[in-house]
Amino acid sequence: MTPVLGAAIAALVLASGLARAAPLGEDGARHLLVRTGFGATAGEIARLAPVERVAAVDAILEAAGTRASIAPPAWVDDPYVPFYKVAALPAEARMAEQRRNTERAFELREWWLREMLATASPLTERMTLFWHNHFATGQQKVRSGQLLYRQNVLLRREALGNFGALLREVSRDPAMLIYLDNAGSRRQAPNENFAREVMELFTLGEGRYTERDIQEAARAFTGWSIDRDTGEYRYRPFIHDGGVKTVLGRTGRLGGEEVLEILLARPETAAFVTRKLWREFVSPSPDEREVDRLAGIFRDARYAVKPLLRAMFLSEAFWSGENRGALIKSPVDLVVGTLHTFGIRPLDLRPAVTASALLGQNLFAPPNVKGWPGGEAWINSATLLGRKQLIDRVFRGSDAMAEAPPNGAAAGAREATPQARLRRMMDRGLATYALDWDRFTREMGDGPGRAEGLVRLVLAVPPVEPPAKGLPGPELVRQLVADPAFQLR
Amino acid sequence: MDRRQFLAGIATSSLAALALPARGEATRKLLILVELKGGNDGLNTVVPLADPAYRRLRPRLAVAREDALSLDDEQGLHPALASLMPAWSAGELAIVQGLGYPAPNLSHFRSIEIWDTASRSDEYLDDGWLTRVFAKHPSPPGFAADGVVVGAADLGPLAGTGARTIALANPEQFLRNAKLARSTAGTAANPSLAHILRVEREIQRSADRLHPGRDFAAAFPAGPFGAAIRTAAQLAANREGISAIRLTLGGFDTHANQAGTHAALLRQLGEGLASLRAALKEIGRWTDTIVATYSEFGRRAQENQSGGTDHGTASVQFVMGGQVRGGMAGKAPMLDRLDAGGNLVFTTDFRAYFGGLVAAAYGKSMGEAFGGNVPLGLSRT
Repeated sequence: MTPVLGAAIAALVLASGLARAAPLGEDGARHLLVRTGFGATAGEIARLAPVERVAAVDAILEAAGTRASIAPPAWVDDPYVPFYKVAALPAEARMAEQRRNTERAFELREWWLREMLATASPLTERMTLFWHNHFATGQQKVRSGQLLYRQNVLLRREALGNFGALLREVSRDPAMLIYLDNAGSRRQAPNENFAREVMELFTLGEGRYTERDIQEAARAFTGWSIDRDTGEYRYRPFIHDGGVKTVLGRTGRLGGEEVLEILLARPETAAFVTRKLWREFVSPSPDEREVDRLAGIFRDARYAVKPLLRAMFLSEAFWSGENRGALIKSPVDLVVGTLHTFGIRPLDLRPAVTASALLGQNLFAPPNVKGWPGGEAWINSATLLGRKQLIDRVFRGSDAMAEAPPNGAAAGAREATPQARLRRMMDRGLATYALDWDRFTREMGDGPGRAEGLVRLVLAVPPVEPPAKGLPGPELVRQLVADPAFQLR
Repeated sequence: MDRRQFLAGIATSSLAALALPARGEATRKLLILVELKGGNDGLNTVVPLADPAYRRLRPRLAVAREDALSLDDEQGLHPALASLMPAWSAGELAIVQGLGYPAPNLSHFRSIEIWDTASRSDEYLDDGWLTRVFAKHPSPPGFAADGVVVGAADLGPLAGTGARTIALANPEQFLRNAKLARSTAGTAANPSLAHILRVEREIQRSADRLHPGRDFAAAFPAGPFGAAIRTAAQLAANREGISAIRLTLGGFDTHANQAGTHAALLRQLGEGLASLRAALKEIGRWTDTIVATYSEFGRRAQENQSGGTDHGTASVQFVMGGQVRGGMAGKAPMLDRLDAGGNLVFTTDFRAYFGGLVAAAYGKSMGEAFGGNVPLGLSRT
């Protein structure tokens, strides 16, 4: 080897080594924190900025937890109230029970948002929410707060654990068995709901199976039911169809377990989940070659989630300039991320829960089994104006003028529909969310780089309308959060 | 094409533009949809008086023959809907019976989604049916919007992308909030940002073209539904056109003690629609407006033990307008041929109904968007 070539190689090695070992810097730190969590404070960004990329990603993955840090509402340990007992109650008691379930769902949402704000591992909560959306299950049908809570515990336990294990357990999860009607599926009349969705939405993706596969799989899942008194999973051999079935080319006396193994053995499953994670963490349009590579890592790791996420977070696409700010914030991103970034810690989180619901994301109540469609669907004229109103409320500051009192007819209209009542409740509650400008300004400092620092803190990409130079801090922040770029992460 | 032809072309096209009526092509009417949220009890709305099975199924809830408003030999209208009788007598009210779909889903959430997307019961579509209509047949460029959703969080049939839809509680409030939108002219290479900028412009454009504040001689009922009706009338009076408006009247999920609640709801509906008719006549838009109801399902034929009715299937809907072909349409379900769950068996697919509304309002046939169902003939012309 000539000395010149040797030196060139050494320089290349040094350069590439440097690129990897280089500190993230503030932009990089912000990007990693906001993509893997909900917003990021100036302090968090400053602490992560000197760390190099691999070390930062590993630290975030290692911090992942399996249990919530905030205690759940006390009633989660109350005995489950079976639906047949509720149905047998007199009308008034039944209504009271319904109201109690509605209230409990609210309490669960508050608990979860509080956990998102308090957790040492925001990635754990982001992934728990990702699986809630993937294995979408709704309160409207499940009703029982206890069952919803138990499912949430499961989703968090495997949030960064193992997808195969999660699929096997979710398939036996009582809330899921109720939501997709498998609890009552009998060999005499197999219900195809779960069998269809487990293929279409949980593993393979649409069109990668036949109607026949669904019918046969539905037979295999018969008997996967719940104990109607305890609400726990229960296998009922007498209603299970023990006959021979053929699912995706495999024939035998298949049970539900075998069907899940058949689905997990298909390469489409890893690619399907990888594509969805790409849309959560990288960009709205997955790069198919990268999906192939990452899905290979997912399969080789036997569906362990961390190796896949590690590869994704270290991929070129994750860091590329064109993918910065490429994702639209979900309502939960917007609400929780804003509270976190600006250090707003409300005592009462119900207005935040309500805001998220009005903006289209009511936790524990996805629109259907497909979950929230996300991406561009988050933003229409109503939800965008809703987002702007919410932001306006929080950043208006204490010196703002009170809203003009609504006229008589409009005030009546606002009271009367449940939507309007929610909106009013949110509006009133949000008044307590006002940003503490003094504290915020103190923390941000007032040095020469202050304006750049604020822009970097608040926005993932440069503002659409660059603010004027020399604005006082609060006014600059108000302009930045009102910019369309604030809707991106 | 030579220069003279070219200029002539310009001349004719600008003349044609001048000759267009202010509200766009002559065939484009305004469609006002009223969602009856919760599942309206069709059997007690349009009552099968002549059928002995009705009284058997509804020992406590049956509407008495002498109370019902006579529609024809067999059926009567619930007395709380008396304010609809003038439209009925004028031949401007169609009553479409037996609307439903195969393999009915009895969940509110799923069933309204099936209606809103005009899907099969085992099919999940992303866009609302009106959004699909407007994606294919957009409103003329001068319109304020394709669709306006009044006072509801969900966009229902106007959900999804591909139509210019705005949602507002009342126009004044919308205009106040719209000040928060940015009138940024630019586009962005980032597709997500480009989408947001598109929506910002949509809000701006609609806000620029909404001029609320019209006063009516017609009186609107008190209460939220009356306020929504007033908003709809104001939107109908707007100089720049709107193709569709969606209103909501909630509370139809009458599992217990139905009689009084249902009567009050029907009274609100009837009085609201009657005041809308009067207001539309006042501004000369009654002949180019179609008002139509829909609901996620009807209710169980047999009343329950709580003096109410549980979730059901097929139901009846109303269509009114100056050009609507009044009278009975569709076919009432048979009370002696209920399905295994004790529910009415539908006679007319709701997608034929929606297809019929699109044909009547916009003169467009979109069979493929409605599962190939032949659109119902709802228009006199």
